[in-house]
Amino acid sequence: MADFLALIVAKYNYWLYIILMMIGLYAMIAKNNLIKKLVGMNIFQTAIILFYVSIGYKTEGTIPIIQNAHGGHGSHGALIHAADYINPLPHVLMLTAIVVSVATFGVAMALCVRIYQRYQTLEEDELRMRLSEK
Amino acid sequence: MDNYPALIVIAPLLGAFFAGLAAWIEKRLSYPIALAALGLSLFSAVNVLIQVIATGTIQYRMAGWAPPMGIEYRIDLLNAMVLVFVSGIAFLNLIASYKSVIQETSDRAESFYVIYLLFVVGLLGVVATGDLFNLYVLIEITSLTSYTLIALGDRDRGPLAALNYVFIGVIGASFYLLGVGYIYIKTGSLNMMDVANILSNIQGSTTVLVAFFLCIIGIWIKMALFPLHVWLPNGYTYAPVAFSRVVAPLMTKVMVYVMIRLMISVFGFDYIFTELNLGKAVVWMGTIAVLAGSIMALSQKNLKKMLTYIIVAEIGYMVGGAWLANELGMTGAILHIVNDALMTFALFLAVGNMVYKIKSVDLPNLKGLFGKMPWTMAGFVLAALSIIGVPPTCGFFSKWYLVLGAFEAGAYHFAAALIISSLICAVLFFKVFEICFFESGSKGHGDAHDHGDSHPAVIIEEAPISMLVVSGLVSISLIVAGLYSGTIVNTIILPFLR
Repeated sequence: MADFLALIVAKYNYWLYIILMMIGLYAMIAKNNLIKKLVGMNIFQTAIILFYVSIGYKTEGTIPIIQNAHGGHGSHGALIHAADYINPLPHVLMLTAIVVSVATFGVAMALCVRIYQRYQTLEEDELRMRLSEK
Repeated sequence: MDNYPALIVIAPLLGAFFAGLAAWIEKRLSYPIALAALGLSLFSAVNVLIQVIATGTIQYRMAGWAPPMGIEYRIDLLNAMVLVFVSGIAFLNLIASYKSVIQETSDRAESFYVIYLLFVVGLLGVVATGDLFNLYVLIEITSLTSYTLIALGDRDRGPLAALNYVFIGVIGASFYLLGVGYIYIKTGSLNMMDVANILSNIQGSTTVLVAFFLCIIGIWIKMALFPLHVWLPNGYTYAPVAFSRVVAPLMTKVMVYVMIRLMISVFGFDYIFTELNLGKAVVWMGTIAVLAGSIMALSQKNLKKMLTYIIVAEIGYMVGGAWLANELGMTGAILHIVNDALMTFALFLAVGNMVYKIKSVDLPNLKGLFGKMPWTMAGFVLAALSIIGVPPTCGFFSKWYLVLGAFEAGAYHFAAALIISSLICAVLFFKVFEICFFESGSKGHGDAHDHGDSHPAVIIEEAPISMLVVSGLVSISLIVAGLYSGTIVNTIILPFLR
């Protein structure tokens, strides 16, 4: 048990993202309202973004901007250790992923508007009833 | 020119931008711009294919940044071939679409062209890229554009079908993205070549195992492998026909390409088939997909929906073939990507012509269509024969390789499923032929020379000439591709696999 707890504490970022992801997935599957499903979808995508952000983190690391890197004062001699800087690449990747998720969310909202205009409801069971009537 | 690999993708991207811009000035301008952009893309793709056959793999560095830091377009024989087919089909479909887009989405024709171009950008980029994260972004570009285009279709069902596709598509893409994250944790790289090199030195890692499953399941959702197929039939049925003509042949096939690319160029056959020993299980999944797709197709009352279930079955062919773990099966799977793209395209072109004339393609509406639309039906018959797998159409040859591969691997259930599915397809299509042929208003025999004297009542009402020409051209290309399939296998697929 203690080992298991230690495992959870040591890798808490993974546990958190999985819990978030499952909350999102649950909402996508179980909720009846389409907007609630969309919120679930957004939580699902955000969980993955947080996962990426957490893997770039280093303890005691700082932002990866190297001062005077292009030959100003004091750039000579001062050694640069990669361990001092957090890994910027996953963060940069997530900028793109955020754009993708915002775009998906926008498209999905627009689709909801179209559905609402056509059926005057966003509840899935009512939609299903309206569809089977025809 | 060295920049052809970039031009393939950038031409339609800029085309989309300018087509949208031009629509502000004059709406009619966007169509010729779209046509020119896709023409340029096709031209570059053909040039790249010729170059790759002559000199071997092209590595194109985007903006001059060297991999693994920069994004690389890596074009070998497989992508070069798929690129030609994707850009060719997109171009031909645009020619055929002019009239049907005006008919179906008259007030929004110019936005249709812009989003259509972006869709093609995504597909071409997915095929061309050699970078795992870039692949994700481009998959999302294709998916986002297809959500919107599906919603442009049927007013009642289109948006709902698109929203269902959004939910499932997002899960698929997110799984793939997570998989890439795990690959990145383990290798610190996103370039496919680089990742493959690093992974070949790592044995028995759970992280890689998780990454592999996440990536493959994500791609399976996107390609609609049987239990994960639920979004496909409704989405493709209720899309405007100008879009279902291009999404049905290309989207799923490009995703099969991605799966094969991940198997060959990232994880490697040794890892998948020797270390994990997954071949048998996935061939079973393919077998079930083939049977389930065919059986579900049998129960459909709408021609378009029936064809979408045939796509589900065809996905089973390709997945099963690729996981047979031998050269014959892989050859069959790759050949089937090309052939199935052509066959499905030909089928949907014929369906597009029907939709243009008779609006609804529910099976009872098709009565007497042989007399009414003889040229469309000729194309439809050729495409149907190819799906069934009658020689010398191209469908026969890829199935032949798949069956041979199945026997070599000892996967007799897969071979049996292929043959049963061919029989079911034969039943299906002959049922459609029967409705179109015999149940006409006039009496039985529908021979062409009969019409002139004994049945003057039948009036030929064909689709516009642009749609007919494309449909005829693609249907004839099915036979041409069949006759030259030996050449395709010997100059492209076998050198690629060896």
